Amino acid sequence: MSRYFTEDHEWIDVDGNNATVGITNYAQEQLGDVVFVEVPENGKELGKGDDAAVVESVKAASDVYAPVSGTVSEGNVALADDPSLINTDPEGEGWFFKLDLSDTSQLEGLMDEAAYKEFVASL
Amino acid sequence: MSMNNQGRPTRSEDIETGCAPATFTGNRALILEEKLIFESGSTDRTGIDFPAAPDAPSKLGGLERSVEIGLPGLSESETVRHYTRLSRQNYGIDLGFFPLGSCTMKHNPRLNEKMARLPGFADIHPLQPQQTVQGAYQVIDELADWLKTLTGMPAVAMSPKAGAHGELCGVLAIRSALEARGDAREVILVPESAHGTNPATAAFAGYKVEDIPATKEGRVDLDALIARLGPDVAGVMITNPNTCGLFERDMKKISDAVHEAGGFVYCDGANFNAIVGKVRPGDLGVDAMHINLHKTFSTPHGGGGPGSGPVVFSEALAPFAPLPFVEGQGGEYRLVEEENAEEHHASSFGRMVAFHGQMGMFTRALTYMLSHGADGLRQVSEDAVLNANYILRSLEDVLDAPFAPSGPCMHEALFSDKGFADGFTTLDIAKGLIDEGFHPMTMYFPLVVHGAMLIEPTETESKDAIDEFVGALRHVVAAAKSGDANLKAAPHHAPRRRLDETMAARKPVLVYKDSETAA
Repeated sequence: MSRYFTEDHEWIDVDGNNATVGITNYAQEQLGDVVFVEVPENGKELGKGDDAAVVESVKAASDVYAPVSGTVSEGNVALADDPSLINTDPEGEGWFFKLDLSDTSQLEGLMDEAAYKEFVASL
Repeated sequence: MSMNNQGRPTRSEDIETGCAPATFTGNRALILEEKLIFESGSTDRTGIDFPAAPDAPSKLGGLERSVEIGLPGLSESETVRHYTRLSRQNYGIDLGFFPLGSCTMKHNPRLNEKMARLPGFADIHPLQPQQTVQGAYQVIDELADWLKTLTGMPAVAMSPKAGAHGELCGVLAIRSALEARGDAREVILVPESAHGTNPATAAFAGYKVEDIPATKEGRVDLDALIARLGPDVAGVMITNPNTCGLFERDMKKISDAVHEAGGFVYCDGANFNAIVGKVRPGDLGVDAMHINLHKTFSTPHGGGGPGSGPVVFSEALAPFAPLPFVEGQGGEYRLVEEENAEEHHASSFGRMVAFHGQMGMFTRALTYMLSHGADGLRQVSEDAVLNANYILRSLEDVLDAPFAPSGPCMHEALFSDKGFADGFTTLDIAKGLIDEGFHPMTMYFPLVVHGAMLIEPTETESKDAIDEFVGALRHVVAAAKSGDANLKAAPHHAPRRRLDETMAARKPVLVYKDSETAA
């Protein structure tokens, strides 16, 4: 399994054709306390860069984009009851949705952990 | 201690000051700890004695309420006191400086109120015969004329009820114009420096929203915008002056490029206060723009509304403007509605509201215009911009002002949280300002600046008032920079200390339940 990152502060764990998407610890810190989350429904087709989920904190509302194209296989229903999971464990329990990837070659344009760290440091 | 002959102390220097002890009632002098209305009074009491209802058969067919409604019984004086006390805990423009950015919280002249209360305007009904309300129609028509003249646009829809409603009106007109030529475009472009309602409006009207980035100078990235234009773009929504407090200098180029690509230009006119009498949006190629009468033209808002958001249209969009509207001919006025619209307004997209709009606000706004005159309105803009620049330059040595180097601002000054001590944020500045007796500025907006503080003083504040605010803000900023723990705990002097905003959003209590049911 390998983990990739986007410039919009999403992470994506990829295992074959299956992927899990969430937002990074840096994104969570910038948002502050998350108070509302909307995750996509199963079966929703997402193109790379499409609005996939909504995350709202006391400071701002933001869209979470699909880092690559695919079909949603599961949204994290636990977030609706406990959006604080995104603050306490953004890169684990606070995942947003799972995707069946339609084109794994799109992963090539994403960053690995070292490149993302460097990207965040440059902000 | 020196005493007067009634035994009343005249001096207080010997009295122990410092930490105030708690009071028995929880009240602090005349600041009363007000209960909810459900917690005062009692369901067993009543303020007014009605005679028992006669024993008549019910006509509700078994749908009568079968349980107690649970309204508290209060006398008239208890009710009046409750709401008067609550009103004293409110903060409004009549109480002090209200520097909310992009809100134009200017003074609401009392002359406006006097005119709006004239019985000929205040006591009329929208369904009254038209010949009995000719004066009211004349007010609507004259105000429409002022708005068209000030914006350089040929048509105006008076009925939208406020800013976002006006945006929807404009975007629906764009959609109608595109549909009329059989052009199904799907995308509306919104720059990062636009108001948050712009993308919401476009999405609500069924469009896909795409962002256009801002330049380092805080303006729309013209190249990025032009690169994105194409046959799928219905239009752009641009806030000008924008939320960085800057005038979009490339507006004409943007409009020309959008028109060239077959799209329309919506301008968010919420910040019109900075350019009235200076710039006519019609000359910049704008196709539709709303005007917040409750900002620019001094009608009340921020709890005191209602708002009113007329929309001006270009030649291209005018045929699609909503009904109804007032039309004058030879001193006679009439309302153009569905049944008589055929002649020259058959392609209207329909109605935004049931009647003609906010009559009370029309009267106030026209009063404001007539009492200022054209030269006065121009001076309003000049003074608003002067005041904002005075704030920008009075604070830029202590607060990071990311766009200050690119020149003067318009009606509002934007600062970031750069340079605060570790753990200190814009929220702490806002709470510190509350202790100093000021309503905080707009914070964390626009999103293009970290920890944004957006300050709009308006032209109705004196130099003294602004100096006082600047002094207080400099003091609070110094505390944030030095990491003063007291600021982290502010507000210290408000009836409530720092509230848990997260809990309020995650677990809001929206309906009153008495403690027994709640437990």
